[in-house]
Amino acid sequence: MADFEPTIIAFVCNWCTYTAADLAGTARLRYPANVILIRVMCTGMVDPKYVIKALLEGADAVLVSGCHPGDCHYINGNFKARRRIRLLKEILSQFGFKDERLRLTWIGASDGIQFAETIHDMVAQIKTLGPNEAKATMVI
Amino acid sequence: MKTAKIDIKDGDLLATLRDFFRSILQMEDISAILVPQHLPMKNVVMPTLVTDPKHLNGIDPLAPVFPLNAAKIVSRLTRKPMGAKVAVVLRPCEIRAFVELVKLKQGRIEEVVIVGIDCLGAFKKNDYIQIAGEKETEFTSRFYKDVLSGKKGTPEGFDLAPACKACENPIPNGADILIGLFGIDTDNQFLIQTRSFKGEEIYENLNLSDAEEPPKRSAAVESLLAERIAYRDKMFAGTFEATNSIEKLNAYFAKCVNCYNCRVACPVCFCKECVFVTDVFNHDPVQYLKWANRKGVIKMPTDTVFYHLTRIAHMSTSCVGCGQCTNACPNDIPVMELFRTVSYHTQKAFEYEAGRNIEDDLPLSVFREDELEEVVGIKKAV
Repeated sequence: MADFEPTIIAFVCNWCTYTAADLAGTARLRYPANVILIRVMCTGMVDPKYVIKALLEGADAVLVSGCHPGDCHYINGNFKARRRIRLLKEILSQFGFKDERLRLTWIGASDGIQFAETIHDMVAQIKTLGPNEAKATMVI
Repeated sequence: MKTAKIDIKDGDLLATLRDFFRSILQMEDISAILVPQHLPMKNVVMPTLVTDPKHLNGIDPLAPVFPLNAAKIVSRLTRKPMGAKVAVVLRPCEIRAFVELVKLKQGRIEEVVIVGIDCLGAFKKNDYIQIAGEKETEFTSRFYKDVLSGKKGTPEGFDLAPACKACENPIPNGADILIGLFGIDTDNQFLIQTRSFKGEEIYENLNLSDAEEPPKRSAAVESLLAERIAYRDKMFAGTFEATNSIEKLNAYFAKCVNCYNCRVACPVCFCKECVFVTDVFNHDPVQYLKWANRKGVIKMPTDTVFYHLTRIAHMSTSCVGCGQCTNACPNDIPVMELFRTVSYHTQKAFEYEAGRNIEDDLPLSVFREDELEEVVGIKKAV
């Protein structure tokens, strides 16, 4: 499994985690290129089907990341996202998806370092876990 | 809660129920009654909206057939003020689905009086057509007598629908007026119980004399529930075993042709236009080629498992387990089995039970600031 390079789809909110990713970049912090960022206006608009689609298409993990509680630009979108992630974790575990394949984090706009560390840690975890079964299977 | 017993005339429960519904329809503030009956043009049982008491002669609320979940009908009748009150005779799973629809703002309870009858279950729709024969309520009479006297109640080689066998809600607790049959001496009497203020208003008009609930009723219900829960848990275990990997899930839905009948039949799938029938899924022709190129092959139509998992994510917290999805499947995929198995866990995760209480918030419509800390972060496993 040494040469396994996971693909991680990250839904990041415009106001916090995307800004943190930008900050990580301008600060020249390094983090693995395994993550594909999708900027959304708020984690509260991440429909469960986005996560399901990513995992069925063979993404090895999905990260949803937004503002810390109380910091949401839209007041409470991140709280709604948290409920949806709870729901998705319950559903996905029924079908054999390991818990590590779906993550939710709060990374504020000034947390460039934390963003880079989160991606490092997540890539390491998924490398240990191995590839998503859906990647090699014909998903109907 | 008020309880009364109504005497059954000539040992004919159906005829006595008919008279009971007639007396409700004749009340001043009840304009109509929604109740299943044998249609005059063909011996098919369907919900009917009756305003003239003389059209109650074919009613058969105990017929062991479940052509559709009538919660959708009640939602149609109540989406806007009607200016009149309607009594609706529903199965417990229809009541629970309607409660979900009211919470989803797809219906209103103000103008309905819900009459619920202890549910004896139903056959799969094709089985019923085969065994019921041409004589209107004859089969129903035999069926309810068998079930209530503790016999199996099913002809050789046939069985109730799996959704009914796994149903732990045969008592219509969400009704305004409950008609009790289990644990009652139904050769002579049935039970009337009020479950709300609205129900008590009706009760007052019926001039009944109060009675006690027979003590053997709770024991009868308990033993029925134990049997149902045992079947249900076995079904959960079997379904989990059949779907606990992507490969198995693929096999589970291999016969699915994306007809989306399960969504149409589902009482709680309320979107007027499901995203799966919009242009979002009317992919560019070249997109299919791109997808096929990635693995060398794709199954057509695409997005089958994606559709089912999305429906589970969107609706499982409101699933009442009525089984209409399985009923509607042209390829006999056990859709209900999977939905109920997952719903059991998703509803438990939010300490929610679909249709239990109109006061409980839908899990995904609310949040608390101090909750679910365990799903945040990347180090901890849940």
